[in-house]
Amino acid sequence: MIEFDNVSKRYPDGHEALSQVSFALDAGEMAFLTGHSGAGKSTLLKLIMLMERPSGGQLRVNGKNLNRLHKSQIPYYRRRVGVVFQNHQLLFDRTVFDNVALPMQVSGAQHRDIERRVRAALDKVGLLSKEKLNPVQLSGGEQQRIGIARAVVHTPRILLADEPTGNLDPELSAEIMTLFEDFRNVGVSVLVATHDIALISSMGERVLTLDHGRLLETGALVSV
Amino acid sequence: MSRYKIETDAPPQPRRSGAVESRRSLVSIVRAYFHNHRKNASESFHRMAVEPLQSVMTMLVVAIALALPAMLYVGVSSLQQLSGSWDSSAQMTVFLKKGAKDKAINSLIKELESNDELAEIHFISPSQALDALQNSAGFGEALTLLDDNPLPPVLIVVPVAVIEADVPRVEQLVKTLAKQPLVDEVQLDMKWLQRMQKILDIGRQITILLGGTLSLGVLLVVGNTIRLAIENRREEILVVKLVGGTNGFVRRPFLYIGLWYGVFGGLIAWLGVVIAQFWLGVTVTRLAALYQSDFALQGIGLAGMLVLIALGGILGLVGAALAVGRHIAQLEP
Repeated sequence: MIEFDNVSKRYPDGHEALSQVSFALDAGEMAFLTGHSGAGKSTLLKLIMLMERPSGGQLRVNGKNLNRLHKSQIPYYRRRVGVVFQNHQLLFDRTVFDNVALPMQVSGAQHRDIERRVRAALDKVGLLSKEKLNPVQLSGGEQQRIGIARAVVHTPRILLADEPTGNLDPELSAEIMTLFEDFRNVGVSVLVATHDIALISSMGERVLTLDHGRLLETGALVSV
Repeated sequence: MSRYKIETDAPPQPRRSGAVESRRSLVSIVRAYFHNHRKNASESFHRMAVEPLQSVMTMLVVAIALALPAMLYVGVSSLQQLSGSWDSSAQMTVFLKKGAKDKAINSLIKELESNDELAEIHFISPSQALDALQNSAGFGEALTLLDDNPLPPVLIVVPVAVIEADVPRVEQLVKTLAKQPLVDEVQLDMKWLQRMQKILDIGRQITILLGGTLSLGVLLVVGNTIRLAIENRREEILVVKLVGGTNGFVRRPFLYIGLWYGVFGGLIAWLGVVIAQFWLGVTVTRLAALYQSDFALQGIGLAGMLVLIALGGILGLVGAALAVGRHIAQLEP
């Protein structure tokens, strides 16, 4: 589903954030992306989101070479990817429902479909009863789960998460990881950037470790 | 819609019966498009209502910029209408020498009637002229004090249509008439009409110039307001772009805000012109009555309202488009 082939990213200021990174993540596979801060985790996710373009190597998503994707097609590409942000990036000028509905609204989905899928996504993260509230009224963990509902509402094939458990206690973090595993189990490729080593080791999933822009270890850890 | 297709199998997830997006009919896409437009239009409107002071101020600026040229236009058109009743006629007033004998006048009229350059000849005798003056201008009392009728006999002469439009030939005609021994003076009514036409032309040009300059002002004001609105919703724009919103989708609400500013500005401008008309109209009519004219300010009317609203809407939309084109492309996550 996601293939990195000798991908490098050098920023205009000369800093090389990624050097010759190669790995592949299949459909229905989940992996943790870890490493010290500044190791290139965010850059790697940004490349998949096409927020940045690689300066070397090839990046293919679902068999398509992203280097050849025209700028005008980026929005349509992004509709196939779900992203969970560390700071959840919810909009506080609208209800929980409208926040989750956003990815479907931008793709011009029909009202009936939107309602059905938003409710399904909220149900999945266990917050269906909060749909009419403003996200401000929710706790940090709940806000993060709303962010996840928004990332999956349009049934993406790829789910990316950047430090999704950054501000959460271990119990909530484990809950959110279980959610990610659920999506993996229905065929979604899940890539989670985190430096929460304790959490990673408890999950027994594949781990990709970045060190100063180089990928050190791509082997899957032994599952529990 | 989805230009980027994913070829692999749909995820085996029973609840979400997949492929919904890729197999949508054209009708549903069009319907969703219009639904989105309607939603944007009403949301933009509500957003303006949240910040009424700022919105009303922008609308007022638009209104003033539209109302000034509109008022000038109404004034010029009214005068145009006034002069329009004589517009095509090169009517001449031929003053005959006082004390000219009726016989001589009759033979002059006969002679002129045979001139095929002239279409109409009316004779107004001094007594007829005096009667008319007494009846109309309210000089009745004063005129009875005169021993003698001071008015000369007058011929009103209208040239044939072919000559009317031909100024040199009309002037030639005036010269010929003036040479007649019985004629004292020939006054060409067209002269002052031409002057008035020139003045009206200048008025029209000023209207265009003012309208153009103020339209530019509207573009800048709306553009600046929209720029601030974009700045305020920066976070939202970034999130929308990250979840796959196209530039068009991001742009749309701002274009609607611009449109609303313009449309309401146009409406307020129309109201302003109507109020000014009522206020000025009373005075103008009273003044015109003093000159025995039924001249009145021409109303801006319903058509004027539609034009102002359309103009305002277009200016608002273009102003917003200019701001949006520059600033939204720069905002990339």
